[in-house]
Amino acid sequence: MPQRDGVVKPKTKRSKRFLQNRGSKLKENIKNAMIMKGGNTSETVTQALKDIYALKKPNAVMYKKKNITRPFEDQTSLEFFSKKSDCSLFLFGSHNKKRPNNLIFGRMFDFHVLDMIELGIEKFASLKEIKKSTCPEGTKPLLVFAGEAFDTDNEHKRLRSILTDFFRGPIVPSVRLAGLEHLLHFTALEGKIYMRSYKVLLKKSGCRTPRIELEEMGPSFDFTLRRTHLASDDLYKTAHRQPKALKIKKKKNVSHDAFGTKLGRLHMQKQNLAKLQTRKMKGLRKRKGATVEAVEETSPKITKTDE
Amino acid sequence: MATCSIEDVLAKAEKDEAEKLKSITVIKEQDLEFDPGNMLAFDKNPPDIRQFREKKKDDFLRSLARDNAQLLINEMWKLPTERVAEAIVAKLPEPTTRLPREKPAPKPRAPTKWEEFAKLKGIQNKKKTNLVWDDVHKEWKRRWGYKRAKDDTKEWLIEVPETADPNEDQFAKRNKAKTERVAKNELNRLRNIARSQKIKVPGVGLAPTAQQSKSELGKAMHVAKMSTASVGKFQDRLPKEKAPRNTGKRRKFQPLIGDFSTEKQRQLDILNIMDSKKPRLDINKAANKQMREEDMESRKKTGPGKKGQKGRKGKFSGKKSKAPKLAPKGANSRKLNKQKGKR
Repeated sequence: MPQRDGVVKPKTKRSKRFLQNRGSKLKENIKNAMIMKGGNTSETVTQALKDIYALKKPNAVMYKKKNITRPFEDQTSLEFFSKKSDCSLFLFGSHNKKRPNNLIFGRMFDFHVLDMIELGIEKFASLKEIKKSTCPEGTKPLLVFAGEAFDTDNEHKRLRSILTDFFRGPIVPSVRLAGLEHLLHFTALEGKIYMRSYKVLLKKSGCRTPRIELEEMGPSFDFTLRRTHLASDDLYKTAHRQPKALKIKKKKNVSHDAFGTKLGRLHMQKQNLAKLQTRKMKGLRKRKGATVEAVEETSPKITKTDE
Repeated sequence: MATCSIEDVLAKAEKDEAEKLKSITVIKEQDLEFDPGNMLAFDKNPPDIRQFREKKKDDFLRSLARDNAQLLINEMWKLPTERVAEAIVAKLPEPTTRLPREKPAPKPRAPTKWEEFAKLKGIQNKKKTNLVWDDVHKEWKRRWGYKRAKDDTKEWLIEVPETADPNEDQFAKRNKAKTERVAKNELNRLRNIARSQKIKVPGVGLAPTAQQSKSELGKAMHVAKMSTASVGKFQDRLPKEKAPRNTGKRRKFQPLIGDFSTEKQRQLDILNIMDSKKPRLDINKAANKQMREEDMESRKKTGPGKKGQKGRKGKFSGKKSKAPKLAPKGANSRKLNKQKGKR
């Protein structure tokens, strides 16, 4: 594993490439998610995990067997799995009497749990139940958060960050406009969080921008917020730190004005106009006695300043 | 009439435009926050709770989602577009929402011991050509690797050197040398890794050699002696054995050219000590000296009687008693000097 820092040398080029891909990079890979069950799960939780896996699919690993761990008490096994499958996002589902239908969304930094938030499922409609419409696998969704709680409450803020991280999919340079067909909408209302997923229908509006119609698609959840484990400010800051090489250097002497015009500032030395090459004419050709003329030329200038 | 009709047409066109826009405009109290790079929108407006309770919950949520999605789509459609293989593609800007990294940023590799040394000495890498002329094959061949020029592993005959043992297998010898070089290289690699991670590296100690020299033998014996549970504390010495010299610590010298400010400071400190009228007082040493002197004096008082008993002649006893009084003084002063020199 790359954590051993190259003590064991890779024996083939292929394994070397593999390890390089897993090591820390300037521009990181897409975050993978691991989705796993706890010791006991209800049918809703199992189905919910499956549905979220279907949404996440190319960048997710589904652990199908039971994993008897409690992430809020002991995180070592989660960290182990994260190292093993190179996943930095996790979703853990469990069900017990005290916390029925439990989902834990979390993320890792450097293979240690950064923050995790526990959500209880109050109501759940799966992908299968709403059979009307589906979306191709691996569609990058439009994400919308609504509700002032996502701006004011600290835990909700962190939840917004985690959910964005979890569902945003790959970072792409460009996107096909007609292919924007999946919308995930999170609403914070009256202490609950409503997650809805819709299929987007682009209708003609008469102008360039289409009119939007939505069609409900699974899965949809009503969540309540339960326990949270948030990273300390210090760790959170270090996790956000950008490497120096990625920061864009400011170019000197180049500026842009309000209209987007590029302006440059030049520094020039003073020009010597006396040596300026003007039109060449026979009459002005230098002669042997040119030095005498030069002296004569300077004299009228002085008289000018005197006036 | 004509002017009137033109006005009509313009008004109608304006109306049409407004109607068209109507279908895609959404009015919100506060503007949404957009991050087109992540295709993300954030609606800060508090949802209308009264409507939420009156209406069916799902219908309300859907209408809210529709409005927000319309705004986000409007934003997305403003992005610059391109045509790629019959599909209209919008260029996404860099995401503005800061999310934590997965792993910390990569650190530059720590320089190896050789690299450090080369930098200190100003040794620079010389680029060597990949191909070299092979005189035997009359061909340009690679310097290294497969089918290399002057390949000594491909020789079918090796001349036995005059000094070598005639029964020794020269081919095996070469192979063994090669494997040993590889092993040494690997060891150095591991040591470099350990050094970069600040793990304490054990010394090489005694590497096995075919023929041990005298110094190596001495070293081996010393190592063996020290390898007891009490670190050689109770090991006896042979009658004529000398104590091992320069084991353990190595003498370190200041660099010839380096930090001038510290060097200057050191010299100034020495000057300060030499200049000051007061002698430096080492309390331990002074106390020891005092105690020893007192001891001497007490012995002097009682001593002559005892010494006389042992049967020494009276003539010399006076001289002997005087001499030790002077000697320790000299010895002490010498020790003090030594300390000054060290610091």
